[in-house]
Parts: sequence; C-alpha cells; structure tokens
Amino acid sequence: MGKRIAKEVSIAIAEAVKQCKVDVIAAYPITPQTHIVEHLSELVASGELDAEYVTVESEHSAMSACLGSVATGARTFTSTSAQGLALMHEILFIAPALRLPVVMVVANRALSAPISIWNDHSDIMAERDIGWIQTFAENGQEAVDLVYHAFRVAEDRRVMFPFIVNIDGFNLSHMIEPIELPDQELVDQYLPPFKPKYKLDPRKPISMGPVGIPEIYIEAKKAQDEAFKNAYKVVVKAWDEFERIFGRRYNPVETYRMEDAEVALLIMGSLAETAMTAVDKMREAGKKVGLVRIRLWRPFPLKDFVKAVKGVKMLAVIDRALSIGATGGPVAVEARSALYQVPGRPRVVNFIAGLGGRDVTVEDFEEMADKAYFYMKKKPKEPYEMIGVKE
Amino acid sequence: MPKGKDTALMSWKEVPFGCYILEPGNSVKFKTGDWRSFRPVLDKEKCIKCGQCYIMCPEPAYEADEEGYYIVDLTYCKGCGICANICPKGAITMVVEEV
Ligand code: SF4
Ligand code: SF4
Repeated sequence: MGKRIAKEVSIAIAEAVKQCKVDVIAAYPITPQTHIVEHLSELVASGELDAEYVTVESEHSAMSACLGSVATGARTFTSTSAQGLALMHEILFIAPALRLPVVMVVANRALSAPISIWNDHSDIMAERDIGWIQTFAENGQEAVDLVYHAFRVAEDRRVMFPFIVNIDGFNLSHMIEPIELPDQELVDQYLPPFKPKYKLDPRKPISMGPVGIPEIYIEAKKAQDEAFKNAYKVVVKAWDEFERIFGRRYNPVETYRMEDAEVALLIMGSLAETAMTAVDKMREAGKKVGLVRIRLWRPFPLKDFVKAVKGVKMLAVIDRALSIGATGGPVAVEARSALYQVPGRPRVVNFIAGLGGRDVTVEDFEEMADKAYFYMKKKPKEPYEMIGVKE
Repeated sequence: MPKGKDTALMSWKEVPFGCYILEPGNSVKFKTGDWRSFRPVLDKEKCIKCGQCYIMCPEPAYEADEEGYYIVDLTYCKGCGICANICPKGAITMVVEEV
C-alpha cells in the first residue's frame, strides 16, 4: 500500500487523476477548483503525465472538448466550480444522452449573486437533473478514492455515463489532510483501460448526436433512464471491488450512531464530519440522535436511504442550497418524495445551512437536532427554515 | 435502427445505444422530397454548368448528367430554394407544387 502523507486535497485529486492515466484534460481554471487543473497541467508539462492538456477559452468549451475527446475513446477528465459549471450547463445534458463517460470533479461553490467564491451546494443542485452519476465526498481520502471509482464505473460498458465527484470547495479542496495514494499497480488492477464499444473512428464511421424526432425522442429518453437506473448495481459492485483491492469500504448511504435513533440528521458532503461531533455530544447528553449521509446522489439510492432512516421519528434534512420558492431544499424535497410511500415514515424537517461559505458549527447541528425534537410536538409553520441568519 | 423497422414503431428497447447512427451515409434513406411545396425548374439556356447549385444544396438532390447539367432528384429535393437563390445566372425558378 502507498504511504499516508499530508497533502492538499486538490493536489491529491490531481495525482489520483494521473494514476488513472487520463489521455485528455480540457479545463478552465475557476476558484476553488483551480489547484486541481493547475497541478495536472504541471504534471503534463513536466512529462510525468502523458496526456493532452487542452487549454480552452471557457467552461462551455472545456465540456465540449471533453465530449469530443471521450467520443474518440480517450479517457477524459475536467474539473470546475460554480459559474463555470453553470456555463457548462447546455453541454452537461448531452454527455449522458450520448453515453460519453467524462469524469469531472466539482469543487462546490455558491452561485452568484452576490459573488461568492465560498462553499455551498447551489452550483451542483442547479445541475441536479443533468443525468450524470454523482457522488459527494466527506474528506480528502474519500475524494481521492471516489475519483478512481468514478472512472471505473463511468467507463464500464454496462454503464457508459459521465460522472461527477463533488467535493466541498475550500472545506475540502484546500485542506491539507493525511491521504494515502495507492501503488500504481493496484490502480491498474482496479481500473482497466478504456475500451468503449463504439467510438468516433474514421475507419469505422458512426454518427453521434442525430436529431430525435417526436416519434423517437421519448423512447430515447426512456432507454437512457433505464440504463441510468441500472448503473446503480455497477456503482455498488465497483465499491465492493474497491474494498477488495484497497481495503476501504464505501456505501451509497452511510449511517453514524443510528441504532435506536429517534432524530436523524441527513447531510451530504464534508459537513458530516462536524455533524458527527455534534451527534457524539448529543449522545453523551442522552439524546438519541444519529446521522445519515448520502454519498451516492444520482442515481438516488432509494432502498439504501429508506433502510437507513427506518425507525426514525424525525429526519432533519440539512440542505446546502436554497431552492427559492420551492417546498424545501433539493435534498429535503428528494427525501420527502422518497419517503412518501413508506409506511410509518419519519417526519421530515428541513434546514438550509452554510450558504456561501457560512460556517456550520457543532452548536448549529445541536440546534437543528433540538429543533427537530421540538417539532415532534409542534408542527413547524414553514416547510423549511434557514439556520444562522442574523435577524 | 433495426433493419426494416419504421422509426415511428420502434420500442425503447430497440433504440440504438446513445441513439447513434451506426450505418454511415444512411441519410440517403431519408426521403426529404415529401417536405417540398416548391420545385426547382432549370432553364438549360441560361445554365453555365458552374455547379454551385450542386455544391450548396443541403440534400443529396443534384447530380450532373452526361452533358454536365445538374439535374434535380425530386426524391430528395425538399424545396428550400437555396439552389435558385445561389445560381449566378438565374437559371433556376421555384415553381409551386400542385396539390
Ligand atoms: S448554379 Fe445555375 S448556372 Fe450554375 S450549374 Fe446550377 S443551374 Fe447552372
Ligand atoms: S430546392 Fe433546396 S433541396 Fe431542392 S434542389 Fe434546390 S437546394 Fe436542393
């Protein structure tokens, strides 16, 4: 096994991408993702990574170049944040429909305005429905491990869908953490070369992206949707295989101290670490509070999720994005919908926290859990509320 | 597309992977002629055989005959009028199709 050394998470991600032997990187720098592509460009420039580095004039071009690249059968990577992701929007829908398995790391950041370079999930939640497989990392090691996993799953012939690994901007991207990069041999064992069944090749011409007239469009979308749902099995199998080779276990949904929990916090991303500390404190004080963390956001792991919250009275969903004018944040809306058909389901309360880089502290999590207890007796007036707003 | 199957009757299970077209050059199977409401008519007196109509036509509709005139194939001509518009000699007239 590789050595565990202190590294900035972004740098470690770039090193992992190098170990995945990518052929093409097309990227445009944007805070807080920049260190990832900056380090990759250094690795290409120094000859340590034998890849084509395409410097493009925008994220729209970056994603377009990535699609062209992966369509020819080249392993392709990019990374972005916030406005950059928004600028890719149009192209993001095309990748999964054309079954082009680009891998992208999104360092999550708030969308303007006001201009904010800091962390929340508003950028990626605006891209919720693009049809990419999506995972959320909690810490540096996980972020790196999810990159190997992303390539392995995306390029699997049974899958062939693009993949986003979400990491919290700054909270993760700029942290220096002890991270173990595995030996190259193990990565090679885990990640076979990319061999798509179809690719753009002048010796065997095919067309990608033709028009879908009304007689065929909905059938094409149904085929895409079914194939995407089936990707779930491969996502989980690839984590089984990951555990076998690297010794670390990942699941679509993680739980923490959920045995006999009556209140559960539900969160995605790096804030779960703070939430765990809060859970420990509350458990010491005799409160039956647990934590559920969604790692696999798309395809949504419905069964794992329902199982994870079974027996809970109150589920406090903490959203890192605001869906203005909706009945809750995106995660809460998903959770409520997922639980609607479940007999004896927990009640769902929703808190919007940590927008635009605002810290969410252990005390904030305790406050949210306490509110959930309070709402057990007295129904909340609103379907969601924002935490830590100065009155 | 499965051979011989009309696209309009295709099940979602038969949609090709990624909706790709795996058969190169199959656009000739797409008979755009039935879109047409105007038809290009050539005046050979005016034509200088420059071939611009052939080059600019978006469909595989024009082909040169033995004499070098470009003759339209109405199976593919969709009646867009580009050829008439581009012709430097005004040799092509768009004539309304009888219904
Ligand atoms: S563009 Fe006009 S002149 Fe030229 S070949 Fe066609 S019909 Fe003849
Ligand atoms: S009308 Fe349009 S489609 Fe028909 S021959 Fe002229 S250019 Fe081609």
